[in-house]
Amino acid sequence: MATVLENVGTKTIDHLDYVGSLNVQLWATLLAMRTALPFVGNRYRWQASVRQMLQIGVDALPMVALMAICSGFILAMQGASELRRFGAMHYVIELVAVGFTRELGPLLTAIAVCGRSGSSFAAEIGTMKVTEELDSLRVMAFEPVEFVLAPKFLAALVSVPCLSIVSNVCGILAGGLFMFFSTRLAPLIYFRYVLESIQLRDVITGLIKSVAFATIIAQVGCLEGFRVRGGPDSVGRSTTSAVVKSTFLVIVADAVFTAIFYFTVKS
Amino acid sequence: MPLISIRDLVVEYDGRRILDGLNLDIEHGETMVLLGGSGSGKSTLLRQILALEQPQAGSVSVKGIDITRCSRSELKRVRRSIGVAFQSAALFNSLSVEDNVALTLREHTKLAPSIIELVVWMKLAVVGLAEFGKLQPQELSGGMKKRAAVARALALGPEILVLDEPSAGLDPIVAAELDELILLLKEAFQMTVIVVTHELPSAFRIADRIAMLYKGRFSSVGTKDEIRASQNPRVRQFLDRVPGDMTKASGVAAYFEKYLKTQEAHG
Repeated sequence: MATVLENVGTKTIDHLDYVGSLNVQLWATLLAMRTALPFVGNRYRWQASVRQMLQIGVDALPMVALMAICSGFILAMQGASELRRFGAMHYVIELVAVGFTRELGPLLTAIAVCGRSGSSFAAEIGTMKVTEELDSLRVMAFEPVEFVLAPKFLAALVSVPCLSIVSNVCGILAGGLFMFFSTRLAPLIYFRYVLESIQLRDVITGLIKSVAFATIIAQVGCLEGFRVRGGPDSVGRSTTSAVVKSTFLVIVADAVFTAIFYFTVKS
Repeated sequence: MPLISIRDLVVEYDGRRILDGLNLDIEHGETMVLLGGSGSGKSTLLRQILALEQPQAGSVSVKGIDITRCSRSELKRVRRSIGVAFQSAALFNSLSVEDNVALTLREHTKLAPSIIELVVWMKLAVVGLAEFGKLQPQELSGGMKKRAAVARALALGPEILVLDEPSAGLDPIVAAELDELILLLKEAFQMTVIVVTHELPSAFRIADRIAMLYKGRFSSVGTKDEIRASQNPRVRQFLDRVPGDMTKASGVAAYFEKYLKTQEAHG
């Protein structure tokens, strides 16, 4: 019994330590963010941010778009198979439009970015740690948080919401295609219904979520990299851990945000 | 006043004492070699001199500033006067060799790009890599990487040059070339050089003084001749390459003796 309690206590302390480290790192990143901004910051950090934006955003575009198209089709087909029985096919449009802007667009994007960029942040920083590049930065009077983390964080904050918007558009387009092929609904009418279904708050809540997801992905990925100890094998472990932890935290954050919006924002 | 002053330095990892109350002064313009076997605490001492870790007790002063307790801005100022070449070279793989060398010049000075280009060429020429500036670090051989790391360490014209195992893993010819380079640099730039190594020929070639570490303590500190003449058993064991008692302690020798006797008995 004592061992079980001891294990639970140790795990709890470890998790609290992890969350504490994430918060400390986030605060340090926010303080260092100015250097990564255009015009007011350091030119080289901003260039690094733009490179990261291309990697996180542009390179992920085909994958995110394809995922959204497939999910749009799936959602529309699953919705239609039930709603058809009640003669309520027009609700499929609302389901796809609202479902994507509020929920699926940001969530699918975050999961794709977790897998692509969260893991790459952990691997890159972990490798830098193993090969003494982080120490090298420190002794050259650079702050690793400013040099490595701030550009990645800024890039994620810009790229993930943009990708979410692309995901929303692709998912809704896929729903439109399904409606056209299954009910011969004219595309223009579909888009009129879509615009009637979506409210500005749906888009804003989706974007707020995607900013939170970007924060989680960048911070968890980088923290896992910074926590690498030992040799190259620990880089592999940190990469896996980054994907698992950031995906888990993204889904938890999604549930929390959805609950907050459900109880505070009235239709 | 010595350039670097180490007082009562104690470092522990997980309760294990790695450095046990070290005291050492390094004067302006001297080449101090930190010599010792694997696990003697050489690299840990180096990390303390570079303020990469906090000690449990004691102090390390560089140019009169206690770097274990100073502010971040003071530490940055001190670090700009130290050039470091790590054992693994720790070049940034995402940057070309010349960008690696130019990094600190771009970030810490207001020099015009054309001047930076010239300084980079000069630093690379000093280490014999002027023609290889455009290459990526992964395209260089082990010896070239180490020389590139030295060029990067020299970029800001440091007062102190720190080299961690410069000849480790290199063939004797390249190792000898690096030794000559260190002597040349010291003569040309009047720098204080700290070299961590366990290579005896290299140590006796480049050192003004040698500090011999054994189990976290200095077993002997003195000039090359003093170390050569030392009757300290630890120093003698290291210099005369006498095997340690590892085989006796683990019973390996006894096992082999018994095995050989059995073989003899069986004819």
